[in-house]
Amino acid sequence: MKKYDAIVIGAGHNGIANGAFLAKAGLNVLMVEKNDWIGGATVSRNLHEDWIYSNCSYVCSLLRPEVYRALDLAKYGLQVVPYGGSVTISQNGDYYASYVDGDASRREMMRHSHRDADAEHRFERDIMRQCRFIRQFLLRTAPDPASFKPRDLMELLHIGRKFWDLGEETIYDTMRFYTMSIAEFLDEYFESDLIKASHAGSGIIGSAMGVMSPGTAYVLLHHAMGDVDGTAGAWGFARGGMGAIAKAMHLCFEDHGGTTVSGSGVEQILVKNGKVTGVALENGDEYEADIVVSNMTLPRTFLECMDPKDLRPEFLEKCRNFKIRGSSGKINVALEGVPQFTALKGNTEIMRSDMHLIDSIERLERAYDDWKDGIWSRDPYIDMLIPSLTDPTMAPPGKHFMSLFIQYVPPKVRGKDWTDEDRDAFRDTVFNQIEEYAPGFKNLVAHAEVRTPRELENEVGLTEGNIFQGELTMDQLLFNRPIPGYAQYRGPVKGLWMCGSSNHPGGGVMAAPGANAAREILMDLKKPNTVPEGWADD
Amino acid sequence: MKTFNIDSPMHHKTKVFPSPFHSRQAEWNENKEWSRWYDYLSVPSYTDETMEYFAGRNTCGVFDITPMTKHLITGPDALPFMNRLVTRDVSKLKPGRVGYSVWCDDRGQVIDDGTIFHLQQGQYRLCSQEHQIDWLMINAHGFDVSIVEDTHDVAGLALQGPTSCAVLRKMNLPGIENLTPFGMASFDFEGTQLMISRTGFTGDLGYELWIDPDHAEVLWDRLFAAGELHGIRPMGSDALEMLRIEAGFIMAGADFAPALHTVRSKNTRSPFELGLDWLVDFKKPVFNGRQALLKEQQQGSRYALVKLDIEDNKAAEHSYVYDTRERNIGWVTSAMWSPSAKKNIALATVKRPHGKVDERMLVEIYYQRELAWSRKMAQAVVVEQPFWDPPRRRQTPPADW
Amino acid sequence: MTKAVKSALIIGGGHNGLACAAYLARAGVQVTVLEAAERFGGAAVTREFAPGFQISAGAHLLFALDEKIRSELQLEQHGLEMAATALETIGLDEDGDYVSIAGGTLSGPGALDEDKTAMTRYQRQMNRFADVIWGLKDQLPPRMGTTAKDDLLSLGKLGLKIRRLGTEDMREFLRITGINVYDILQERFTSEHLKGALSVDGTLGTFLGTRSNNSVFCALHRFNRGRDYALPKGGMGAVSEALAAAAKAAGATLRTNATVASITMDFDRASGVTLSDGETLEADVVISNADPKTTFFKLLGARHLEAGFANRVHHLRTRGCVAKLHLALDGLPGFTGLDETQLGKRLLIAADMQYVEHAFNHAKYGEYAQEPVLEITVPSVHDATLAPAGQHVLSANVAWAPYDLKGGWTEVARADFLERCLSVLERYAPGLRGQILHSELLTPVDMEQEFGMTGGHWHHVELALDAFLMMRPTPGAAQYATPVNGLYLCGAGSHPGGNVTGCVGRNAAKAVLKGQG
Repeated sequence: MKKYDAIVIGAGHNGIANGAFLAKAGLNVLMVEKNDWIGGATVSRNLHEDWIYSNCSYVCSLLRPEVYRALDLAKYGLQVVPYGGSVTISQNGDYYASYVDGDASRREMMRHSHRDADAEHRFERDIMRQCRFIRQFLLRTAPDPASFKPRDLMELLHIGRKFWDLGEETIYDTMRFYTMSIAEFLDEYFESDLIKASHAGSGIIGSAMGVMSPGTAYVLLHHAMGDVDGTAGAWGFARGGMGAIAKAMHLCFEDHGGTTVSGSGVEQILVKNGKVTGVALENGDEYEADIVVSNMTLPRTFLECMDPKDLRPEFLEKCRNFKIRGSSGKINVALEGVPQFTALKGNTEIMRSDMHLIDSIERLERAYDDWKDGIWSRDPYIDMLIPSLTDPTMAPPGKHFMSLFIQYVPPKVRGKDWTDEDRDAFRDTVFNQIEEYAPGFKNLVAHAEVRTPRELENEVGLTEGNIFQGELTMDQLLFNRPIPGYAQYRGPVKGLWMCGSSNHPGGGVMAAPGANAAREILMDLKKPNTVPEGWADD
Repeated sequence: MKTFNIDSPMHHKTKVFPSPFHSRQAEWNENKEWSRWYDYLSVPSYTDETMEYFAGRNTCGVFDITPMTKHLITGPDALPFMNRLVTRDVSKLKPGRVGYSVWCDDRGQVIDDGTIFHLQQGQYRLCSQEHQIDWLMINAHGFDVSIVEDTHDVAGLALQGPTSCAVLRKMNLPGIENLTPFGMASFDFEGTQLMISRTGFTGDLGYELWIDPDHAEVLWDRLFAAGELHGIRPMGSDALEMLRIEAGFIMAGADFAPALHTVRSKNTRSPFELGLDWLVDFKKPVFNGRQALLKEQQQGSRYALVKLDIEDNKAAEHSYVYDTRERNIGWVTSAMWSPSAKKNIALATVKRPHGKVDERMLVEIYYQRELAWSRKMAQAVVVEQPFWDPPRRRQTPPADW
Repeated sequence: MTKAVKSALIIGGGHNGLACAAYLARAGVQVTVLEAAERFGGAAVTREFAPGFQISAGAHLLFALDEKIRSELQLEQHGLEMAATALETIGLDEDGDYVSIAGGTLSGPGALDEDKTAMTRYQRQMNRFADVIWGLKDQLPPRMGTTAKDDLLSLGKLGLKIRRLGTEDMREFLRITGINVYDILQERFTSEHLKGALSVDGTLGTFLGTRSNNSVFCALHRFNRGRDYALPKGGMGAVSEALAAAAKAAGATLRTNATVASITMDFDRASGVTLSDGETLEADVVISNADPKTTFFKLLGARHLEAGFANRVHHLRTRGCVAKLHLALDGLPGFTGLDETQLGKRLLIAADMQYVEHAFNHAKYGEYAQEPVLEITVPSVHDATLAPAGQHVLSANVAWAPYDLKGGWTEVARADFLERCLSVLERYAPGLRGQILHSELLTPVDMEQEFGMTGGHWHHVELALDAFLMMRPTPGAAQYATPVNGLYLCGAGSHPGGNVTGCVGRNAAKAVLKGQG
């Protein structure tokens, strides 16, 4: 049997990025993927005629530009095109749009609140301060505060110094920011409920918290800390769908000699004498390596793909307690034409941007109440995009691909597994909602792929359908992610590594966990580092 | 007429609005170039910036200041509100007078500068570079005041230069010549009120004319008719920039970073660091930034804003500033060759304790000739007085030219 | 610049104001306490609510009174006496399968064996963590981002304290302090009923549900000394009376019916106060036991503050969300499953965490709970002075009942909410309705009226990680001194927050003496 230097489990974007960095360093890397296609949740699927769906993740901003460049993704065909702006459509027939043009945006805000239009500057300043602070730590390994190793102490000191450098007032603002709810945070800036709701959506996307839950201000930051070509907070489409990112990374991986075996999932990670020896696939194939890197979620890695005897009970307990509750669903729609939203009154350009159907903090929070009770929101928050208005490769001319991201959707329905009937009823809830805003919408639907947490978990292995491979709460951030004491990508067994979004700095198609894990592996192997440093921002 | 309109959600189709003076500006704008100043189209230069500059120093030039942000502050607490807001003592500003001031955040860092018009008892207009309604509303808590931004309800023209008073006199504005610097007066004009203040951003004799937008065009026409024999011509923003640097006036976004928009908090400046000590009145028991500024006064400032007289004639834009031992001590914020002072001048930010009058410094100037770049370490000296400060600026009544 | 403080005025004779007065008087400062009500104590007060029936009108359980204050001010010598101590918490059950929690010991028909073991662990761990959080109670909160030795030392000590927990506990501390009780209780316990009862510790008195982050922090804040709940003899007013006696003995002047109308400024310095009858008093420093919004906006006026600071105060979260129910009963209530001795404990109605969460959900939208959570005491079981012989008083904290009720607390709303409280109570104590001689419901609006606390909020300012230590009530006033020279804070809005602790008063006195004007 051929022995590899390293085996990466799961060809999601973090797994591929990890494999690519290892391969670049000269390692002989095998990637195993359960599906017969690669990409995981960073994927473009052709599921209906000539339509391409970004059927899981659907927009791009957080992908670290350092990784983009270091893996030469442009050379391998990746193009990220900004879409610019957003629009929040309210039930009373009006909307609030954010435009690329700063003056147009300000005047649009003035339409809703003169004061808010100006407060937006203060808001952006304060968010930018937080972005600059957090960005410094995305491509770094978090220190272990309980460790006395020089490296951890130095890193703690480094973070402390950066924190102190913020200056007294900004330190307090930062401490408050990380512990406040997005609703309370927005109250300190804005008066218009529509404008607050439009900002608040970013505070809950992918999160199992409500806009009034303390801790959601950070989630907003998680969505704002990216950029497209230096435009902070901007989002874009990967041309050809999100799969283009995974595809480009994979070409890079192969170019550096990486091998991929797809179509069969991992049955078990093999351990002998306290050391990893390889993996056994569901189809019976076994592969050997001293290093196994799991891009799977934490629970999937340790609770499903390992022999419990190889792990300490306390560790397993912590894996069971890992919070990875799904809160969202996705519907991918093939449209025969562009839906007409009554409220937009012919403002068709803004439909290229990120559209939200929501109009108040209270509506957002009530959507969450349903989730807490184990049902999907009867009046859900919908994040809606029509990438085909920007990207001509997604649908035939005149036809369109619409991506609907819906919150809240529970991992189980009142404690029971999702059924097909539940799924259809969920789809109807969403479609009826859209139909109210855009009469005739349903008639345009040629095909719809409905993805509840059940489908997400079954297909791409996101436990409970959590899109971040684990919730972004204080107990699961930085040195707490995924589990205190295991935040440096090293698993509890020698040779076992973790590179998925369950690890710092989390999900959102950043490729940072994959890159950071590669750096740590290469460091342990005493190989030259191929992983880039974060770019200085000053 | 009022050209600003955001009633329709399709307003975004109009990225920028014509100013109330637009039709007249368009007639004069031979360059056909337009720039954006917040909500309005503005003219960088109508024909030639140097010619326009010299109108401001030799005859008179007209500049559209409609886009400047304006706020109306009214109510029983208008005075205490203003006094808490800005650093200087507004109670000393009598009705009919205008005052320049800065305002700070609690850290004593400058948010913006601008002019306060004491329109009448209990009513002030605040003109500023940046939008301020958010900060003003934050400040309003606990005061019985009403604050509205009325930028779009007031059209404004700056008439600046030695013949400006002569032009206004020709418009039959009784007593205009008796207006002292920072004074203002209202006149009946074409069925409306024309407010004129003896203010400006050029450091020379000059006036600012304020009127409702419906009368903007007629004001322009009457002004240009009256000025025809007095060398009147429109000025663009490029000429104005030259005039204000020569006068040593600072500008938000150029010479200091406004505190409410600045991400890196160390990049903001206090009034002391901008050389505006004279605007800070500690005799007031409370104003925004007072405690921090008191502390700064005791402990010292980080920076000084200086006026530099630089050898030679190569403009020092974007230059680093060094001490005589070539240690980096700061950078130039605004620079130009001064056609009136015949000097190579600059405003610069330097680290304290540098910045004393007569201190010698070096300025690293990069300049391009026929695409080739050269570098020069130029000698410079800190000067106290503005580069341009003619007596006619203060003379009342002003001479005819 | 520093000069010795010779005289001080304290606005408000709540328990913190009295403690502050006692400490300052002991240090030789001439102190005058000005209390608007006719008796001292603020929300730590006993009063008659029906003829012959006395009630602790605000706080009704003593569990956080600082030991140091107790001994230093000799409160026992000044008359403080406990009617009952070490009260268990009983999570009531409609069918009588209650759980009883006494420190780490779990008992009662509803107690599961696996939960008993878990309870011991939980108690041990929470006590250790609470020692870290509550251990900060005597501290002058350090400032951040400075290079001052005191601040760095104080932070270093905190870091060391966390490290001393040991690797495992330290990691757990850093993991759970910022999150919610729902998650940590789900991890640890099996019985839904027990989890419901325990979740109340993290949520009662705050605008947080079980799933709201910050609730673990709030639980730790309350967890000090293993939640040794006690009932003072004569009600909570007895604590205030003892503090008042201690202050008086130390030489403080105490005045009731003295309503402060405004704080007087002498140029940029607080120089005294003006009373509502026009009387003016002067002193070197003015110390406010009132909540920050009352202090800064009503008594001082925002115009005497710089705008950034005033804006921070303006945004303090002060929505009270707990109502108080007082019942005069013609006999002992009969809670299903409890015997007579158990009636004197701390009784909770919180069927499970979903019940608590649902009760909270309403508050978010300005509605009161349809099925409220109740924390009940029947103090007359231990203290015969509170009610006529054979009769009893029942006092309950009822959550959630938001201050800013949509439509306001009209008579109709009050009556409906009271009815909801009583119908829930009736389910747990059948026949209770028939025993009621008189009832009184204090909504947060009433508490604002009676105790002068903005929003009727127990803690004056919402208790949360973003309003703790150097951020309580807000940066700029977190070290008891305010941006206004000579003006200090000594109320629950300051570190370490509400509950009848006396700590704020003691700390403020220290800060005044340290700052010396």
